[in-house]
Amino acid sequence: MPKRSPEERIRDFNEVALGYDEQMAVKEASRCIQCPEAPCIKGCPVGINIPKFIKFIRERKFEEAYRVVKEGSPIPAITGRVCPQEKQCEKYCTLAKLGQPIAIGALERFVADWAKERGVHVDLQQIDKRSERVAVIGSGPAGIVFATDLAKLGYDVTVFEALHEAGGVLVYGIPEFRLPKKIVREELAYMKDLGIDIELGIVVGKTVSIHELLEEYHAIFIATGAGHPRMLGVPGENLNYIYTANEFLTRVNLMKAYLFPEYDTPIHRGRRVAVIGGGNTAMDAARAALRLGAEEVYVLYRRTREEMPARREEIDNAEEEGVKFIFLVQPIGFKGDSQGNVSDVLLMKMALGEPDESGRPRPIPTGETTDIQVDVVINAIGFHPNPVIPMTTPEIRTDNRGRIVVDSDGRTSMRRVYAGGDIVVGEGTVIEAMGWGRKAALAVHKDLAIEKKLSIAVHKR
Amino acid sequence: MNKVLSKKVLAPNVKEMDVYVPRIARVAKPGQFVIVMPDEKGERIPLTLVDWNSFEGWIRLVFLEIGVTTYKLGLKEVGESLYYIVGPLGNPTYVGKFGTVIIVGGGVGIPAAYPIARAFKEVGNYVISIIGARTSKLLIYEDRIREVSNEVHVTTDDGSKGFKGFTSDMLANLLESGLKPDLIWMVGPAPMMKSCSAIAKKYGVKAVASLNPIMVCGMGMCGACRVTVAGRTRFACFEGPEFDADKVDWDELIKRLNMYRKEEQEALNRFRDALASIAMQR
Repeated sequence: MPKRSPEERIRDFNEVALGYDEQMAVKEASRCIQCPEAPCIKGCPVGINIPKFIKFIRERKFEEAYRVVKEGSPIPAITGRVCPQEKQCEKYCTLAKLGQPIAIGALERFVADWAKERGVHVDLQQIDKRSERVAVIGSGPAGIVFATDLAKLGYDVTVFEALHEAGGVLVYGIPEFRLPKKIVREELAYMKDLGIDIELGIVVGKTVSIHELLEEYHAIFIATGAGHPRMLGVPGENLNYIYTANEFLTRVNLMKAYLFPEYDTPIHRGRRVAVIGGGNTAMDAARAALRLGAEEVYVLYRRTREEMPARREEIDNAEEEGVKFIFLVQPIGFKGDSQGNVSDVLLMKMALGEPDESGRPRPIPTGETTDIQVDVVINAIGFHPNPVIPMTTPEIRTDNRGRIVVDSDGRTSMRRVYAGGDIVVGEGTVIEAMGWGRKAALAVHKDLAIEKKLSIAVHKR
Repeated sequence: MNKVLSKKVLAPNVKEMDVYVPRIARVAKPGQFVIVMPDEKGERIPLTLVDWNSFEGWIRLVFLEIGVTTYKLGLKEVGESLYYIVGPLGNPTYVGKFGTVIIVGGGVGIPAAYPIARAFKEVGNYVISIIGARTSKLLIYEDRIREVSNEVHVTTDDGSKGFKGFTSDMLANLLESGLKPDLIWMVGPAPMMKSCSAIAKKYGVKAVASLNPIMVCGMGMCGACRVTVAGRTRFACFEGPEFDADKVDWDELIKRLNMYRKEEQEALNRFRDALASIAMQR
């Protein structure tokens, strides 16, 4: 897919990838051999009929292609941009074995953008409204799919979002240059079209309890994600300008600190920035720091390039833009100046040992230390599940890592309460969370059909 | 929703605002706070709940106009709506029957101390309030505090009202004179709380401080509000905002509160210039 040049793109927050034009899309679609077993679909957590939409592109029937995509993903302009297709659909593409898989993600994005440019909407079918009311907690990827699936079946759906904008990680986490917020807003407008009510500024567990919601709704889906940052637990980690990736990205993305002072939320623009971690969040943070004017951005990772969990594409993008990688190091502390501002990261040099439970070689301290001078540090080592609902609703069983325990369809230990996405798996991807939303929606649909006979008593406030 | 019902100027740059948010008023408890954005470009700022009425659906906030966002909030007129409010956040104050409780409130922290003093008094504690400000003009909520306290001691830095000195000096005097409270509860500027904490510790009195770090999300997602308590990193928003005062790393908190001084001043200057140019055009 065409991209803007690194020199140009690091000066702003505009999107990096440019997308296919019609000709490129048709050409790429024509490579698809339309294999009857369609292994690609099995690689898609929301089961988009991939060969069918690609066939339509080849025939230049872009609108039809869009309809097919939209049946599977309610937010194709988003999934086409942020799905790790190389680990999903494209991994299973028959052509992958022969060399280059079909660029399914790029094609999905193409049809979504094509439809958007032309104002093509999927006609909303006349749906028979049902009387059952369903509440969704969290408006991120899992919540979006769950809500749209049930709204399409006629349920009365309300989504509760704690922040001031809907979209969850799509608005606070993933930066503008990878996923423009205008696109997120446009895609979420579809939820409104379906009659879904989105209530902002409500923290379930604080503003209203799960028990209260159960009096008003027939079923509840918890999709609160894994938004609680993991701390390093080393001396000095609360020095000034040591950010968690969530704080850094929330300031930049949700609060638009890159437009300060037009927007009121500030961010410290570092000259020498260290990002700790090797995942997609680390890449997002490093690239955002560059765009805020950093001269040097270092990604510090305790294993090597081969073990980095980030998408290859994102690592390449970061590297092209000038992000430097230092492998086999682990922070053991931070030093600061008299004002409490961070000045140094102290690092332990690591070596790779035997594989650990994740299957990757375990990093082992060598005893040798080093340090680098920095003025901003971003901790991107990972997240814990959001603790608010587990803390305030002990009846919902969680495991020792704070994840909500569910059966294979998303049912929790509490009747009429379901959960999915990162609150269940820990740290997954956007599309995996969406897959959970779909599974749980189906389970709710089935369970309510059975329970209808038992007639759950709820009342609308 | 989020409509401003009333607005009062309590002191220069200190405003009291009642906002219609029934969903928060319904469940609010002493010691909790809300996050407010006056408009879509504003910062998310934490404000302690000063009062609320679950039947009428309003919450009361008091704030000092100190940065762009608080100035914007102060410009909201009765009938206008705030862009966003979420809450109630944080853990409520543990209001037990301790016996004698000293409440220390400093500056704009005095209104935040009001619901706490009220709650402690309601359950039968003997409440001694120490409230202080730089000067008498800035001393707010004195009458309210008197309504909910058994004793009130007023201090001003310049001696323009009450005792000349800091709230911490008054606290030291009371403890020195032999008063043995069962609990000291404090809210106010971090340096004030640091001093009061040291005094409480010296006299071996349990002290709880309501912390006011910089926050962004207010619900445990970002960690902007992290503080070191008893050597451990805690998120003030969802693990606090109250902690044992003698376990708090006050110096770290004070440094963290000053992190954005430069940016805040820059933004405020720009905002004032913009306001001035609008005024000129008129």
